[in-house]
Formats: sequence, structure tokens, C-alpha cells
Amino acid sequence: MTDVADALALEHVSRTFVTPGGGVYQALDDITLTVCEGAFVAIVGPSGCGKSTLLNVAAGLLAPSSGQVRVDGAPLSGLNRRATYMFQQDALLPWKTVRENVSLGLILAGVAKADALRQADVWLARVGLTSFAAHYPSQLSGGMRKRASMAQNWIIDRRTLLMDEPFSALDVHTRQRMETELLALWDEGAVRKTVVFVTHDLEEAIALADEVVVLSAGPASRIVARHPVPLDRPRDLMELRTTTTFLELYRALWAVLREEVVKSQRHAEGPRG
Amino acid sequence: MADAHSVDVSGGSRAIVVLWQVLVGIAGLALWQALVALKLLDPFFVSRPTAIVSRIATWILSGSLWPQLATTLAESLLGLVIGAAAGISLGFALARSPLLAQICDPYIKMLNAIPRVVLAPLFLLWFGLGIWSKVALAVTLVFFVMFFNTYQGVRDADRVLVDNVRMLGATERQLVRHVLIPSALSSIFSSLQTSLGFAMVGAVVGEYLGATRGLGYVISQAEGTFDTTGVFAGMTVLGIVVVFVSAGVTRLERWLLRWKN
Repeated sequence: MTDVADALALEHVSRTFVTPGGGVYQALDDITLTVCEGAFVAIVGPSGCGKSTLLNVAAGLLAPSSGQVRVDGAPLSGLNRRATYMFQQDALLPWKTVRENVSLGLILAGVAKADALRQADVWLARVGLTSFAAHYPSQLSGGMRKRASMAQNWIIDRRTLLMDEPFSALDVHTRQRMETELLALWDEGAVRKTVVFVTHDLEEAIALADEVVVLSAGPASRIVARHPVPLDRPRDLMELRTTTTFLELYRALWAVLREEVVKSQRHAEGPRG
Repeated sequence: MADAHSVDVSGGSRAIVVLWQVLVGIAGLALWQALVALKLLDPFFVSRPTAIVSRIATWILSGSLWPQLATTLAESLLGLVIGAAAGISLGFALARSPLLAQICDPYIKMLNAIPRVVLAPLFLLWFGLGIWSKVALAVTLVFFVMFFNTYQGVRDADRVLVDNVRMLGATERQLVRHVLIPSALSSIFSSLQTSLGFAMVGAVVGEYLGATRGLGYVISQAEGTFDTTGVFAGMTVLGIVVVFVSAGVTRLERWLLRWKN
């Protein structure tokens, strides 16, 4: 039933939470999603729709309430050791220098410190942070911290990269630069990583991904649309957004997403009013 | 390099602060001296600054101050080290085991509620007149500060940092080493200042209630003979020592938490 080539497969995954008031909140409802090896999939949905929950389930940080996750065909229990995770918030350790932070994954895997630091230097050069190697994260700008995070995730060369609105806290221009750098890193490798990229920004989703998945408004989010993105690579993110293909795609997906955004707003206003 | 700028700025204003600190001190002492000279205050009750300074000078010149001071400092330091080691260990253990924490919770609250002064006679009975009864008193004060700060520090470790390091492949032990300990250290070091003060309070109160040496003993002896100059001289020495030691702790803290900006 499961295709072996699927790097990541969610099968009928549901997830509920117990709310502080003792109620039950259903975040995800019967999500079935397969991601092929080397694909770049973006997941969009209105805020509060359970996108992060979905990613946490894929990472093994949360267990599904029902259904299961398969990684390379094998059922997942515990953490997903084939994946790294780039968080929306800053996740660099504030008490380690940028260089120590980037080398962390290697150190944890038992690589000798000198060797790990040497490899970290290579990655720091790739993300343009060589002269900030000895700085602490608090001394860097938001964009630099994201680059350091990318290097930290990329250095341990896992097959899958899970990204939870990684650039949402950045200003528009920095954000576009980070997106370009992300695509460059992704294109560069001999084998492309599988990327699952969560965002609430449809433009960002189309610009980056091979396929866009739209989630419905919460509670009980479902997949309401899956759409391939027939844009050539490498993509020029500066020009891309004005091309006809992009705009047509945007219009088609926005028609679906718009409804969910409206629903989520109505839902958010409901209990208050 | 990166903070050269901030050093410049604080350096400029610091000179002004120090100047004012000295001025306030001199004005206070001058007022005290004047009130006594004008016979508005009775030196029998409040002594006078010149007498206190000359008493301290006598102590220093005769060399009688050092053994007393050394005793108090040794007791404080031992109390700090033992109390911190115990507090940090238990704080860590309970933060990592919610069940243990729940079991211990009422006992910790009960023990922390005991006024330490009432323990002093017990410690005298158990550990004798020497330094260990004072160390024990200092430990009971330092322990709880360190315990609560460690417990909070470990519990408050940023969820995202923990998840990130786990995703990067950390084992449970590596998680403790790379995230939980450093995360708790910052709150532990922030409480070092308080702990140090508590350690000295424990030592001095212990000496005051029964000892053969130490600053607390000096003060209590002076009080026994209505020698207010001696009492104030003892308190002054204690105050000066605390200012210097806490300046040292501040430097240590700044260095250890240098990643915080």
C-alpha cells in the first residue's frame, strides 16, 4: 500500500489535545499526505490550522492520536532520525558561539571537536558568516541567526528538512534573500533533500515548492487542496512573482485558501462575540 | 571588540556614579560626627565615626582583625560551597523527576519555613562551638536559594531549544549537558549574589549566638560590654568586606554569562 519511494508518509493522522479547561481540541483530522524523496512540499493554511502540529507529528516530537507516520516506508516511533527541524523561533543555543552552534549536530553524533569545528567553518563560509564565527547569537541580526540555523541543520546531512515558518519573523527583503539562499542550498547538493515547508504565506509557498498543500481552518484541519507547481528551476525569486504561471497558480490556490482564512477569522471572532 | 562601545559609555557615567557614592558617604559620616559633637546624639549609644575608624585602625595595626575576619570568611565560603552543591544537585534531581518533586514538595516547604535562628542552638549542640556549627547555619540559608533557582532554571529551559537539540540528535545525557545545565546555570549565577549574602549572614549570626572567634563574636563581645564603638566597628568591617566580595562575584557572573547581551 505504501510506496517505498515516499520519504515521508502521514496515513490517516489525527491529533487531539486536552485543553487547560479540560475540553478536547482536535487539531488534525484524518490527514493523509505523502512526500516523495527529494520533493519540496509547502503546506499553507490560515493561522491556527494545525500546520505546526502536523510538522511536529512528522518530526516525531508529537505522537499522532490515531493513524501513523511512515519514514522511508517504516512506521515512525519516537523522533524522526532522518529529519532535522528548523523552528519558527530562534533555536540556537544562546550560550554557544555561532561556530559551536553550527558544529553542535556533529559533536552530538560523536565527531571529534577539531573535525566538527573545521566542518562548521566550511558551512559558515557557505552561509556568509565566517567573520561572525566567534559571536554569540544575541549579537547577530535576525537574518544572520536564520543563516546560522540553516547551517546547523544542513551540516548533519539528514535526508529530510522540516521547516516551520522559518522566515516569518524577518522583514520582507531579508526574507526574500533567505528564501533565495535556501533554494540555492537545496539545489546545490548532489542529492536534493526532501523539504516540508510550513507557511501561512501563499506567495512564499508557490515560489519555493514543487507542490502546495492547503489545510483547512482549524479545529479538525483537513487537506482541502494539493496543487503541483509547474515552475522551472532554478527560480529567480525576484522575477518569479510577476510571471503569468505564478499569478494563475496564485489565483487558483487563493480561491481555496481564501475561504479557509475567512472561516478561521469567523471562528476566532465567534467565541469572543 | 563588540562591546567596546558600551564600555565607553558606562565608563563615562561610572566616574560620576562613584563620585556621588563617595560624596553621599562623606556627607552621612559628617552629619553623624556633627550631631554627636553638637551633643544632639549621645556617643554612648551611637559612638562617632572618628572613634570607629580609629578602632578599626587599632585592630588592623595590632593584627587582631585578621584571624576574626579569616574565620568568618572561611565559614561563609564553606557554607556557600556546600549549600550550593547540595541545592544544585537536589534542584536538578527534582526538576528531572516530577514524581520525586511532588513527593518532596511539602517537606521542602516545611523546612524552608523554619526560621534559621532557632536552628543555631541545635547546631551548636550538634557541631560544637567551632566553625562547623556556623557553616551548617550558612548551608541552611544557601541551600534553598540554590535549590529553588536550579529547579526553576531546569524547568524553564526553553522548549524550542530542547526540541531543536533533540532533533539534532542529542541523547538524554547530551540534552542535560548542552541545554539543561547551561540554562539552569544562568539562573544559578544570577542568584550567587543573594547566596553569598546569605552565607555571610549565616556565619555571622552563628558566631553571634555562640563562638570563640569571628566577626559576629567580636560584635557580640562588644555589645556585652556596652562598647558601641566596637559594635559599629565590627559592622563596618563586615559591610566593607561584603562590598568587595560582591564586586568580585559581579565580575565572575559577568564573565560566566558573557553570552547574555
